[in-house]
Amino acid sequence: MTAIRLRINGAEVAEDVPARLSLADFLRERRNLTGTHLGCEHGVCGACTILVDGEPARSCLMLAVACDEREIETIEGFAGDRVMDVLRRNFHRHHALQCGYCTPAMLITARDLILRRRAGSEREIRDGLAGNICRCTGYTNIVTAIAAAVGEIGEGGA
Amino acid sequence: MKPPAVDYIRPQSLAEAIELLARRSDEARVLAGGQSLTAMMNLRIASPGLLIDIARLPELAVASEDGAAVTLGACITHAAIEDGRVPDPSCGLMPRVAATLSHRAVRNRGTLGGSLALSDPAAEWPVVLTALDAEIVVRGPNGRRSLKCAGFTTGIFETRLNGDEIIESVRIPKLSGDARWGYLKLCRKAGEFANALAVAIIDAGGEDRRVVIGAANGAPLVLEETSRVLAGSTDNGMREAVTADLDRAADRHLDDYQRNLLTVAAMRAVQQALQ
Repeated sequence: MTAIRLRINGAEVAEDVPARLSLADFLRERRNLTGTHLGCEHGVCGACTILVDGEPARSCLMLAVACDEREIETIEGFAGDRVMDVLRRNFHRHHALQCGYCTPAMLITARDLILRRRAGSEREIRDGLAGNICRCTGYTNIVTAIAAAVGEIGEGGA
Repeated sequence: MKPPAVDYIRPQSLAEAIELLARRSDEARVLAGGQSLTAMMNLRIASPGLLIDIARLPELAVASEDGAAVTLGACITHAAIEDGRVPDPSCGLMPRVAATLSHRAVRNRGTLGGSLALSDPAAEWPVVLTALDAEIVVRGPNGRRSLKCAGFTTGIFETRLNGDEIIESVRIPKLSGDARWGYLKLCRKAGEFANALAVAIIDAGGEDRRVVIGAANGAPLVLEETSRVLAGSTDNGMREAVTADLDRAADRHLDDYQRNLLTVAAMRAVQQALQ
């Protein structure tokens, strides 16, 4: 076991973890943050995408032990985030989810695309979402919702 | 699946990492971005006894440049190259390549050195850095040595890196301001591994010409004949040159479909560079 100390959604956390424990399992099993979903567990489906030091990352491809002193944000941690608020509203309005399994990571990925200004066209949005699989195949409404969010944010400024 | 039990150490310097690796090189693996190694551990394809985490060693995150070249530390991420957060020796080629490499969530963690050390036959950096005539600086218990990127990868997931060595940096000669390049990655979905990969570079007023292909059942393949004829050639002449180059690589056992994809990729990359 190794002692780690990190920030999760703004709160200091200190725990002892075995080296083999993935960040995803640490968040779900130890911290009860079950909004982070696991699909493939080898970096292909994107369902476990979270933010590490502000940047999207696959939490199934990171070991918790390697996150000592890092800053983690999960879908539970975006209260009051303007871009995330607009995205959530538009996902709701445009029915951008069916079973909802891919949704937390879709939102986190979409937020990053918008903040990096990589969601300017349908093509760009689709390329940016290529690493997040929706097994309900509901991409059309997801893309529509993100484009609508971009429009809304564009009007008022990000 | 879940990764098997493993020990983990995060050394505070590259010297310490090399010392650890030398002591346990039979069972240790160096962990950089972990975007392939962790996946392989989850799939139980890899089960190292010890992970030596070098991802945050400051000396591997350094980028520097002089008049002739840019040197990038091994742990610089694909996203840093994509975003232009490090100097670009390649007139835009490397940022363009980085943007096509897997997905942003992977690019944020995956590293230049990790990609070279693994040398997946379909990976972008071994091919592109061969075309750019880069040198890989590696460090082991006996000090540093420098290896040409061309020849560094010796086969499928095989390199000339010794078990007790760590890639420290990559030195990439600068292209001149009027250099031209073409890059083509054929895959069915953005961010997938390539089914065929090609880079063409024309520099020094046309004197310096290199066409390299990847995803060709082995190490990056330099198309010598194609590089020789590309400037003044017709499409047919070019196709014949690529065919001749692929014929010479009979040991790759490329099937007709792969040969066709690689030919299309090489020709389009050359056409891009000539435009």
